[in-house]
Amino acid sequence: MTALTSAPLQEPDASGGLLEVFRRRYLLRLLVRRELRARYKSSVLGLGWSYVRPAIYFSVYFFIVGQVLGAGDKLEDFAVYLFSGMVLVNLFSDVLHSTTRSITGHAALVRKIFLPRELFPMASTLVSLVHFVPGLLILLGAGIAAGWTPSPGGLAAAAVGFAIVLLLALGVGLLLAAGNVFLRDLEQAVDVSSVVIMWSAPVIYPWTLVRDTAPAWLTDLYLINPLVTAVSLFQRGFWLPGAEAGFTFPPDLGWRALGSFVFAALVFAVGQRVFAVAQRRFGQEL
Amino acid sequence: MMEAVVVDGVTKEFRLRHARSLKDLAVRRMRRQRVAERFYALDNVSVTVRQGEAVALMGMNGSGKSTLLKMISGVMRPDRGTVRVRGRVAGLIDVGAGLHPELTGRENVFLNGAILGMSEAEIRRKFDAIVDFSGVERFLDGQVKFYSSGMFMRLAFSIAAHTEPDVFLIDEVLAVGDPPFRRKCKERIRAMRAEGRTMVIVAHDIKMLTELCDRGLMMRGGQVAYDGDVNVAGEMWREDRRARRAGRTGQAAGEPVGRPG
Repeated sequence: MTALTSAPLQEPDASGGLLEVFRRRYLLRLLVRRELRARYKSSVLGLGWSYVRPAIYFSVYFFIVGQVLGAGDKLEDFAVYLFSGMVLVNLFSDVLHSTTRSITGHAALVRKIFLPRELFPMASTLVSLVHFVPGLLILLGAGIAAGWTPSPGGLAAAAVGFAIVLLLALGVGLLLAAGNVFLRDLEQAVDVSSVVIMWSAPVIYPWTLVRDTAPAWLTDLYLINPLVTAVSLFQRGFWLPGAEAGFTFPPDLGWRALGSFVFAALVFAVGQRVFAVAQRRFGQEL
Repeated sequence: MMEAVVVDGVTKEFRLRHARSLKDLAVRRMRRQRVAERFYALDNVSVTVRQGEAVALMGMNGSGKSTLLKMISGVMRPDRGTVRVRGRVAGLIDVGAGLHPELTGRENVFLNGAILGMSEAEIRRKFDAIVDFSGVERFLDGQVKFYSSGMFMRLAFSIAAHTEPDVFLIDEVLAVGDPPFRRKCKERIRAMRAEGRTMVIVAHDIKMLTELCDRGLMMRGGQVAYDGDVNVAGEMWREDRRARRAGRTGQAAGEPVGRPG
């Protein structure tokens, strides 16, 4: 048997970046499965932890901010309001957290075998999405219990909000994954920033609080944050239909959604490009 | 015969960083110490390997042979020059880099097979052959972290040897394992050669290299010192080793040992 190939001579690391990841779906699937298993290795609750963690966070905010501080009196169905923003922001933070470590965590592999490096942040993101599903299911259940019925407009808003968060997280995550190879401090910085991210969007408080207390220019600045738009869209999708009138979303939410989406897509494009260039040096930096 | 690997004028410069944290950087800057040192791991190296050839890559630690192998595998990029390869490259570069200790042997066959570029169908087709060759059937459903180093190695080699790459890179793997398994490995490598596959092998076992390969490449200080008959290259390697040993006993500290890889 002869095995001579007549393939053309090519650079050994000539890979199509993100496209190559889709060509190697099978490996991606195995990596996701491995990461899921590794995260919950020898833990009794296993994947159940992805229910426990958001549940605890939720309870703390609900009782302290909602009951003790009284935010719940001003917002109808405060629990649903709080949770719809929280699942989305948690997804964002979780993607950043895991993608930042995705390359350095697989240093042994990256250093020794050539694989399209985009595989690792992609696998991490998919793992985060798996963890996002339970939260989303609880949100749906709670929404329905509070009298929510799905509407096409609301679902479309939620879908756009989700897309903004995912694109933005992937873009920033690719930048962080590459950056962390050169500067390990990023891991810590990302962990610290998750609290800031949570409070920078109207998750725990209504955005009107900012409008009513902060100067106009600060409110404008606050509303530029694509996460504010994404969270508002998610609340529009899952909370508003069940709540009664008396609450307004940020002005021009449609235009803000479009702007945020374009911005997120841009960040994603830049992140992908920077990662593609930076990954050439991963082999020697790790 | 067509070329399988073309390395053309490749130079690779390494920066040995002394400081990574901000504090270190600041302190070193203030003391006007150097933040990084540079040295050439590869210095204008050109090699062409034709299809079906088996090339032994020899040299002392730090001579650049592992770096050259990493260039061919695509893990590293040259600073100058080009590396081009025909077909699929797979290799055993460092023992079981792709094996995950928390997973079972069975899961690792699939994961590592996929990492080395096999499709799901291909792995399923070869699964029995891989397991059979490795001889770890009994422990297939146990986690790999409980394997002995020999079993670990055998599984890793077996997976890699069944990927049917066009260019097979082997780095220091055959040093481990018991004699019967090493014999099996050698047979497998010969069989792969007979199929016309191209091999580049790095090892310190010169006797084995001279058995498996007919062409030897001797590297010194990031350059190709000799390219030709494997026996001659092997002799040069023995000379270098003698010189290094003599140098070590002769001087107290001697020259710092080059960074491996």
